[in-house]
Amino acid sequence: MNLEDYKGIWIFVEYTEDKISELTFELLGIGRRLADKLKVELSSVILGHNIKCDLNLLFHYGSDKIYKLDNKHLEVYRTIPFTDALEYLVNKYRPEVLILPATSIGKDLAPRLACRLETGLSADCTELDIGPDGNLIQKKPSYSENDYITILTPNHRPQMITIRSKIFTPQTPDPNRTGKIIEEHLELNESENWTKILEIIEEDQEDANIQEAEIIVSVGRGIKKPENLGLIKKLSSCINASIGASRSIVDLGWISHYHQVGLTGKTVKPKIYIACGISGAVHHIIGMKSSDFIIAINKDPEAPIFQVADIGIIGDLFEIIPILIDKLTIK
Amino acid sequence: MKIIVCIKQVPETNNIDFNPSDLTINRSHVNGIINPFDLNAIEEAVRIKEKFDDVTISVISMGPPSFEKTLKEALTYGLDSAYLISDKLFAGSDTFSTAYILAESIKAIGDFDLILCGKHAIDGETGQVGSEIAENLKIPQATNVKKIEFHENKKIIKVESDTENGYRVLEVKLPALITVNKEINVPRIPSFKDARKALKIPIIKWDLGKLKNIDKTKIGLTGSPTKVVNIEKFQKKKDTKFISGTPNEIVNELYQILKDKHVV
Ligand SMILES: Cc1cc2nc3c(=O)[nH]c(=O)nc-3n(C[C@H](O)[C@H](O)[C@H](O)COP(=O)(O)OP(=O)(O)OC[C@H]3O[C@@H](n4cnc5c(N)ncnc54)[C@H](O)[C@@H]3O)c2cc1C
Ligand SMILES: Nc1ncnc2c1ncn2[C@@H]1O[C@H](COP(=O)(O)O)[C@@H](O)[C@H]1O
Repeated sequence: MNLEDYKGIWIFVEYTEDKISELTFELLGIGRRLADKLKVELSSVILGHNIKCDLNLLFHYGSDKIYKLDNKHLEVYRTIPFTDALEYLVNKYRPEVLILPATSIGKDLAPRLACRLETGLSADCTELDIGPDGNLIQKKPSYSENDYITILTPNHRPQMITIRSKIFTPQTPDPNRTGKIIEEHLELNESENWTKILEIIEEDQEDANIQEAEIIVSVGRGIKKPENLGLIKKLSSCINASIGASRSIVDLGWISHYHQVGLTGKTVKPKIYIACGISGAVHHIIGMKSSDFIIAINKDPEAPIFQVADIGIIGDLFEIIPILIDKLTIK
Repeated sequence: MKIIVCIKQVPETNNIDFNPSDLTINRSHVNGIINPFDLNAIEEAVRIKEKFDDVTISVISMGPPSFEKTLKEALTYGLDSAYLISDKLFAGSDTFSTAYILAESIKAIGDFDLILCGKHAIDGETGQVGSEIAENLKIPQATNVKKIEFHENKKIIKVESDTENGYRVLEVKLPALITVNKEINVPRIPSFKDARKALKIPIIKWDLGKLKNIDKTKIGLTGSPTKVVNIEKFQKKKDTKFISGTPNEIVNELYQILKDKHVV
């Protein structure tokens, strides 16, 4: 493989019906910065059939080019035809970096494609940069609670990664930006490996869209028992907050995963984030450190959550929160 | 029908193990356990075996010799054979290399109808190895699956694959690879009888000497496309202002802050 043959940054576009996902714009945001640093083009790649999205938005959010492949077999996502189509485009145009969303589709597609292309894939990157040698520097939290690891894919192309939502921010759209759309065609032949979609079921989301919340009261294992969650619910209703949670209590089954904040949960940026009884493992911090203002209540003065807090309260949440609720309800 | 379950040993997470007195994390003994999602994969295989005649289940793991313990534990669920794929040259393999080694090992085991993996391993949480095995073997895949149903002819399965806002019902031709999530079942406690039977099943150990087809340039630290080049401590970002005093004093100050922030 000649690494020099691979140029440019590609973003895989995810959309539903006629709407491009917000995460796609976030990927374009970081993609634009990387492309500028490398002085290469940023391209969006979109697969589908009779695609109705407003593709101009991809230019407004930073794309220089759009690769569009329309085929009746790509109408809904299926692993093999999507892998075949992307393999074809990558081999034809040779991007050096390919970024996919860490969604259920992206997580199904990215490893299959990486393996097909015989290249590396890093999941859930939280920081990206370009090294002096032009390699993509891929950073993310490691297994151990407070370490960050750096990964490189030095000898293979494209360098592939996935990114979760709300980790990066889109750039301000520029309605005057335009670019070139390259329409591609590919014959896709159905095989034994194709799955058949029988049904797509959409369920009502539990009412916990914490990513939109302005105030979040978040709770961890310091709450001790699921019965004690009432205290947190009371506090959150006093100040009109949504409830967040650490993975520990989600894993214990005390609260649904819709509430989980962190690397494998949701990334949130509320105006105020109140962490109650959360130790602050890097996996949790990744998901809330960009909140405008962070208040942490923890009885352990060494708890790492204090490292990202604006206000630290070293104390027992069972003493402090009831008094606070009283004070809030008297008013 | 032949089922192969891929399992990984992971460090026991602090999520489960904590001191009952003050609920702090008990880090005194970090044990190797079967990745929790892989237990769901084992359970699902056992349920299929209970439903149909002539089902055999093999379990496979790539890792250091210490993973033998995990395979022994897996056998107590009533499985038929266990393979430990281990060689010094496998050390440092990333998901690409791991999946390649596992796929070559599965080819060496022979025919199969269904491969089950966990949705992801809780240590790295990449969830990549399953799809990468499927690609190596050129078989269909379905990931994040919460239900598997067999068609009468046992050549086709219907699965429910979870998405962000619901799920997709897919029809998949066998042989196929499925990764399962926690919703699919609740793993049982192994029976005494199965546990005793397991003691008599030898763990089959394969290394590069046995797996001659493996291309050495695609494995281990040097063959892995991704390289971990640095590990650093998470940076402290802020100057934290600490509030101290009696609970009442703390609340007074906190209340003032919330007021300044227009929360109250
Ligand atoms: C790959 C991977 C991904 C992960 N993803 C996530 C993720 O997305 N989100 C996430 O949250 N975690 C995630 N984790 C888990 C993470 O590493 C931690 O295990 C978890 O965040 C710890 O949760 P906790 O702070 O609630 O529990 P603990 O670490 O047990 O902390 C409880 C805290 O409560 C304090 N406390 C106890 N009693 C009181 C009291 N009465 N008053 C005040 N304070 C008290 C204690 O001092 C302690 O600091 C992930 C882990 C891995 C390996
Ligand atoms: N070393 C391994 N040996 C056997 N199976 C593995 C190994 N690593 C990963 N797997 C399987 O692949 C799944 C996903 O792992 P991961 O991609 O590491 O998150 C696991 O749940 C296992 O079923």
